[in-house]
Amino acid sequence: MDSVAQRLSVVGAGAALELRGVTRLFGALAALTDVTITVRPGERRAVLGSNGAGKTTLFNCITGDFPPSSGTIRFFGEDITQFPPYERIRRGLRRTYQISALFPGLTVQDNVYLACRGVSRGRFSLLRPGQNDALMHATETLVQAVHLAGVKDQRVAELAHGQQRQLEIALALAGAPRFILFDEPAAGLSPTERRELIEILTSLPAHIGYIIIEHDMDVALRVVESVTMMHNGRIFKEGLPREIESDPEVQELYLGGGHE
Amino acid sequence: MSLLQSTQFRPDPSASTTRRALLRAWPEFQNPAAWLVALILVIMPLIANGFFLIEIFATTLILGVIALSLMFLAGYGGMVSLMQLTIAGFAGYMVAVFGMSGNANISLGWPWWLATPMALALATLFGTLGGALAVRTEGIYTIMITLAIGAAFYYFTNQNWAIFNGHTGINTVATPHFWGVDWRADIAFYYVTLGVAAICYFAVQYVSRAPFGLALQGVRDNSRRMAALGFNPNAHRIAAYAFAAFIAALGGVLQVWNYRQISPGSVSVGACIDVLIIAVVGGITRPIGPFIGALIFVLLRTFALDVLIKFGLDGNRFRLLIGLGFLAIVFWSSDGVIGLWERWRRRNSSSTRRAGGGRHG
Repeated sequence: MDSVAQRLSVVGAGAALELRGVTRLFGALAALTDVTITVRPGERRAVLGSNGAGKTTLFNCITGDFPPSSGTIRFFGEDITQFPPYERIRRGLRRTYQISALFPGLTVQDNVYLACRGVSRGRFSLLRPGQNDALMHATETLVQAVHLAGVKDQRVAELAHGQQRQLEIALALAGAPRFILFDEPAAGLSPTERRELIEILTSLPAHIGYIIIEHDMDVALRVVESVTMMHNGRIFKEGLPREIESDPEVQELYLGGGHE
Repeated sequence: MSLLQSTQFRPDPSASTTRRALLRAWPEFQNPAAWLVALILVIMPLIANGFFLIEIFATTLILGVIALSLMFLAGYGGMVSLMQLTIAGFAGYMVAVFGMSGNANISLGWPWWLATPMALALATLFGTLGGALAVRTEGIYTIMITLAIGAAFYYFTNQNWAIFNGHTGINTVATPHFWGVDWRADIAFYYVTLGVAAICYFAVQYVSRAPFGLALQGVRDNSRRMAALGFNPNAHRIAAYAFAAFIAALGGVLQVWNYRQISPGSVSVGACIDVLIIAVVGGITRPIGPFIGALIFVLLRTFALDVLIKFGLDGNRFRLLIGLGFLAIVFWSSDGVIGLWERWRRRNSSSTRRAGGGRHG
């Protein structure tokens, strides 16, 4: 953790994530048009917008699940626009998925172990981890951090929805994340689980920044310091949570049913 | 599924937890039936005559090893490759070409301990390159591309006389003799195949729980998410092809030593499909499946002829029996014979537990 903090203080002046003129076309449809965003290291930001506003497409462009049609993406100063997803992840970017994307045939522990292994060496190792394997320790810690120690030997397919969402977050916290993209982490959670989620998000180390897509304003505005409002694939408004909340245009869009 | 169960991490290692972890990693060790099967296999030469030893058991083990390479790819990687027999055949041809055979104009006459590693290396390379092509596709297209590689190799061996000696193939291939032992003599050769099969079986079992095997299962379940965890899914798929190719190549070397000859008939498209049938009939969820499938296949191939004739039918129809068996398996138990066996055992153990007589948990 220390080394990450040191590295951060070195690059601290620059942006964690910098998108310039990012456009993504699906055929003739522009899912994102000329999106320019700058996020500071450690900054926590919400992305709001109605369905089809381009929020998840934005995440997919940042992680490289779909490359942008034009524009550039920089991560801690490095141009990652052409990188495959795994190269971005190895540099400290993480994401969670709106619909849980886990490994249902494997146990909770194996899922988390894979996440830890993915951002360290020995991905092709033919040797089983030993009793004192450092990644096994990391796995144990992470499983406990998201309150899944009791079900760590269960196959993921057998978990309840809320537990799967927690596991989804654990996978994003593996290794030394520098910046995380949370795609509707509260979707389908009970009020208690939402409180736990808020607790996990607010207790993340200060150097870890994130962008969160969240429809639930109660969750979203409580865990961020800045808000970006999207509409029809464009940035519509940026500001502090309370500015956005009281903005008449935003209210119009949300209450007036932001159609496409 | 016990193969997916984890080898648990214990913070304070003591004798009993180490033993428990060992049992979890190698579920066979606590199964008395597995010990019994192992014992029978080891003392088989005392029970069986030469015909059974070679024609049934050694042949089963060799086909089982080749099908095991497909089980590894299909079961853990979700990639159905029809070229595993082609890789084995390629290794067999290379043993014949680099080693000694009756076709002195083709064989280079290397000693077996040089020719065999060469054959294994070249066949692994061949399988890796084929895999690098195949991983660009998914599902049915993987099957098609690997089938195309298999078919192309079959026709190539038929038409190439300089290396593969055309449709006559290469005959009287020399087999290893050292330490005063003829390793192709029935009993010695049986132990060689048993040893290789056991090593391959335990290697696959072991690797399935190692980071590489786990990552491969992750790629099978959700390759996009694996990329979002820092893995390069295609690199893992190609590495899986390389690992499987090495296993198939071992089977191919044993096969050419077994028959002492190799010809295009050994690498025909029909034989490629037989390997798929063996793996599916046995079951591709566990490494033991291919060996069970191979035993069923070899028994049918050897004895169905006599049985059919006894019933007044054409003996050549034994493939009809295999085909019907294949249909039945795919229809009733998509995870093969081991799937049937596991369900039967689960039903049995739950009914004995209900009766209060269950001794094991």
